[in-house]
Amino acid sequence: MSELSVDHLLGIKYLNKADIKLIFETADHFKEVINRPIKKVPSLRDITIANLFFENSTRTKLSFELAEKRLSADVINFSASQSSVKKGETLIDTVNNILSMKVDMVVMRHPNPGAGVFLSNHIGASIINAGDGAHEHPTQALLDSFSIRERLGSVEGKNVVIVGDVLHSRVALSNIYALKLQGANVMVCGPKTLLPKYIGTLGVKVETNLRKALNWCDVANMLRVQNERMDISYFPSTREYAQQYGLNKNLLNSLDKKITIMHPGPINRGVEITSDVADSDQAIILDQVQNGVAIRMAVIYLLASKIKR
Amino acid sequence: MSQRVLLNAKEINIILHRLACQLIENHGDFSDTVLIGLQPRGKFLAERLAQILKTDYKIKNIQFGHLDITFFRDDFRRGEKILEANTTEINFVVEDKNIVFIDDVLYTGRSIRAALTAIQSFGRPNEIELLTLIDRRFSRHLPIQPNYRGRQVDAINEEKVKVNWMENEGEDAVYLIHS
Repeated sequence: MSELSVDHLLGIKYLNKADIKLIFETADHFKEVINRPIKKVPSLRDITIANLFFENSTRTKLSFELAEKRLSADVINFSASQSSVKKGETLIDTVNNILSMKVDMVVMRHPNPGAGVFLSNHIGASIINAGDGAHEHPTQALLDSFSIRERLGSVEGKNVVIVGDVLHSRVALSNIYALKLQGANVMVCGPKTLLPKYIGTLGVKVETNLRKALNWCDVANMLRVQNERMDISYFPSTREYAQQYGLNKNLLNSLDKKITIMHPGPINRGVEITSDVADSDQAIILDQVQNGVAIRMAVIYLLASKIKR
Repeated sequence: MSQRVLLNAKEINIILHRLACQLIENHGDFSDTVLIGLQPRGKFLAERLAQILKTDYKIKNIQFGHLDITFFRDDFRRGEKILEANTTEINFVVEDKNIVFIDDVLYTGRSIRAALTAIQSFGRPNEIELLTLIDRRFSRHLPIQPNYRGRQVDAINEEKVKVNWMENEGEDAVYLIHS
């Protein structure tokens, strides 16, 4: 087995195609492990991992914690809302204090883009980026591609459209990098106000008509509208957004093919996707959640194997 | 590097039939027994034995699978060698079954220790036995011995015992390699 070309997982843009293949093959094995009656393996008994969440998260935090515990790592959790960050402590001071408790690996979510890269230049522990602002969310992109591979056999050559709030999404950018690296054709679709101006330079198609996008694609990844990141009004109303860019059963049934529906969660039912679509057999949303644990186990395992004893 | 043949194809075939007969002697129609090959190379031996039991001794419904022990090994992050995971395929219930672990070479015993832990993830077997083609008897690190052995070999630590299988290497042979 080869090893990862990186010591940290800061973003998909730092990975190569072989890294993604290795992560997927390792995740295949962990997927089998987490379907056993006893889902735990002892590999990381001597590793301590700190989950540092400077921004709210439910599913990513739970998924990482479960992955760590299933690998038998010791886990400590930190959330900014209950910490000395509120008292003015710097990021490096916070992390160094935690690292002095002999932590080997840090999983960090931070509101500022590049926080993981900044930290990796200042501390010795291995870092996994669990989302940095609107920049990257590499494990989400990996689990999304892994889920496409699982449903459609491969990612290469597939047409994937990312629909919705691309501007504020860290999932979109990581997905574009991951999908392009694996040879997929990528399109983004949404209101012009929610598509970054530079997006075309990443080698993706741009479309503002949802029906046209759906007719083109094999997979539609529906993004959540991130109201919490919006400081101005990007569309007239939620109702109008849902009419223009929401995916409902009528629209889905009117297509001449069966496309695969994805959503990174949490879902705003009735806005970007209706309940009957989210719960249909074309949606692989819950598969994505299950695959998330396997992918995170694989990433943690592979990075831990590079930590010197 | 020099190597000498410990077993040729004919000798391996005779040994496999003898091991199959010993298994029948203890496990009858295999209704409560399952065979589990330990990845990566015990898989070939397990498949070969299952085939002999089916075709030559007309044992019906032999259940066999293979178990990967990578995530249960005790040398993760301890050596230069990167641990490579393999597939696990156990499509039957192991709870209350008699399990026969099958591996090509028994050396330090650490793989078997890992396998004993790994199989607990699938349930609580009634009993576990060990079958190996080659038993390097003076090299054990742990108190583990086989119930069935093809050939006992005395080799020093600088020597390597390599089992080649027709399915993988294009020949059935066992070599003692001195580096």
